[in-house]
Amino acid sequence: MNLTIFSGPPSSGKTSVILKTIDAFRKQGKKVGVVKFDCLYTDDDLLYEKAGVPVKKGLSGGLCPDHFFASNIEGVVKWGVREGVDLLVSESAGLCNRCSPYLADVKGVCVIDNLSGINTPKKIGPMLKSADIVVITKGDIVSQAEREVFAARVSAVNPRALVMHVNGLSGQGAYELSTLIYRGDSDIQSVQGMKLRFPMPAAMCSYCLGETRIGESYQLGNSKKMNWE
Amino acid sequence: MIDRLTIAQVLESYPFARDFLDQNRLNVSGSEHLTFAEFLKRIDADEIEDQALRIETLQDDLNRYIEQILDFLGVEESGAVRSLTILPGHDKDKTPETFERLDIYRSQIVSIVGPTGSGKSRLLADIEWAAQRDTPTGRAILINGENPDPKWRYSSNNKLVAQLSQNMNFVMDLSVGEFIEMHAESRMIGNRAEIKAKILAEANRLAGESFLASAPVTSLSGGQSRALMIADTAILSASPIVLIDEIENAGIDRRKALDLLVSQDKIVLMATHDPLLALLADRRIVIQNGGIRKVVETRAEEKALLLEFNQIDAVMQEARRKLRAGERLGEVDGKIGLRFPADDRRFA
Repeated sequence: MNLTIFSGPPSSGKTSVILKTIDAFRKQGKKVGVVKFDCLYTDDDLLYEKAGVPVKKGLSGGLCPDHFFASNIEGVVKWGVREGVDLLVSESAGLCNRCSPYLADVKGVCVIDNLSGINTPKKIGPMLKSADIVVITKGDIVSQAEREVFAARVSAVNPRALVMHVNGLSGQGAYELSTLIYRGDSDIQSVQGMKLRFPMPAAMCSYCLGETRIGESYQLGNSKKMNWE
Repeated sequence: MIDRLTIAQVLESYPFARDFLDQNRLNVSGSEHLTFAEFLKRIDADEIEDQALRIETLQDDLNRYIEQILDFLGVEESGAVRSLTILPGHDKDKTPETFERLDIYRSQIVSIVGPTGSGKSRLLADIEWAAQRDTPTGRAILINGENPDPKWRYSSNNKLVAQLSQNMNFVMDLSVGEFIEMHAESRMIGNRAEIKAKILAEANRLAGESFLASAPVTSLSGGQSRALMIADTAILSASPIVLIDEIENAGIDRRKALDLLVSQDKIVLMATHDPLLALLADRRIVIQNGGIRKVVETRAEEKALLLEFNQIDAVMQEARRKLRAGERLGEVDGKIGLRFPADDRRFA
């Protein structure tokens, strides 16, 4: 089974891009399954279901979605193997734009959109910088100049990635993306023992543990202050 | 080799490396005498975690970035695209396309017609991806008569197709002048002031209502936006092929717009059902059921019709102008050809 990890800021077009790419895979006779991760709510699973794609969703609720992802990815892979899919896609939205869910030996795709603003590549951490493929969406509604500058800035923060435009509405570019994702010689049955490409932040402060009161004396563990000098 | 230079030397030899440092939020001021590797070594663990830096790949990233930009600048000088060739594939039912081959040279305009969903996006994707009989249509694309260099597919700085469409908007909070400068900067253009003045002048020539470099791009009217996008794409875009998708006829002189693109050696593809535009092209590609059904040359009588269509259009435009100016419309406004004699060169 092939495995691909899709990530990207909320509403960047991940689901649309994946659905169009699945269309292309189906025409090649390949079965694709999706696991969608989100924090509080998603109904994207219905979109996949409607398209006849085997889908599972995982809501992290009170946990950091990326940590939740890391604790659950092995279960996801097991499910994909049981479903007998040729390609398993994991889709998760980065919330703070710092983390990345990519595993070292698994293809990682970051989806970002032109509408998010020209400084976005600078703001996003390893989720963008350590992706193998960067898909830029919504190029059909911004000017050519903005498309070019945005792509150039993506390349500056991640010169090793392949940067491409995919139109989530018309599907333009989705077939091409499908050819970059699937490898005939890749067969993943488990991700046990694999490593994250980038460590997640050391988030252990009082507030992680449920503290609600504001004030110096309630702040234990890993707390950090702004510099007002 | 770059590994051995100090940061100051790197920036002197490759000024564009500043962008890399800036986009990666690396503050090198005070460390210019160090090599990049030494600089990276001095960043402490807290900052690495705080900034979420992938410290182990940054040296290699910088090397790659410089290599890519040098490559890109080299292409600018030597590897110009002189022609685009489409070789036939098949439609959705695998029926072979019947045209032999379609060669389009620089400064030529070809229109693309066919119902929505007929396969225009697919044709465009084939060109953008420089298809090698490896896409669903089985078509192949040649550049300068040869199999295309893989860079057209895989390098983000070298994209074959620039796009202009009616749905496009500016989303940045910049003035027109800043906007052009930012684009020029990303293209590593040196004479920015000159380019800026040129684009502004051309955009104003295309737009019905003029605008200044200080105007915010988001405040421009539809016509002004389109005019700026076209002038900017013609003069600053690195892509040799421009696809125009249904540009409306309001607030912009489309004829001049095409002339501008053609004068900048662009290959122009134009998806449109508007006879005023479709007939301006010397050929049109007819798409049906996912395939190129045929390639039609524009005949002399069609070009003659274009003259009449333009007169009808001019009447409408004039009526629009009058309404906007608060004037009354009279009988004379509906008389085609009355004020726009057939020999008027502007519409030829």
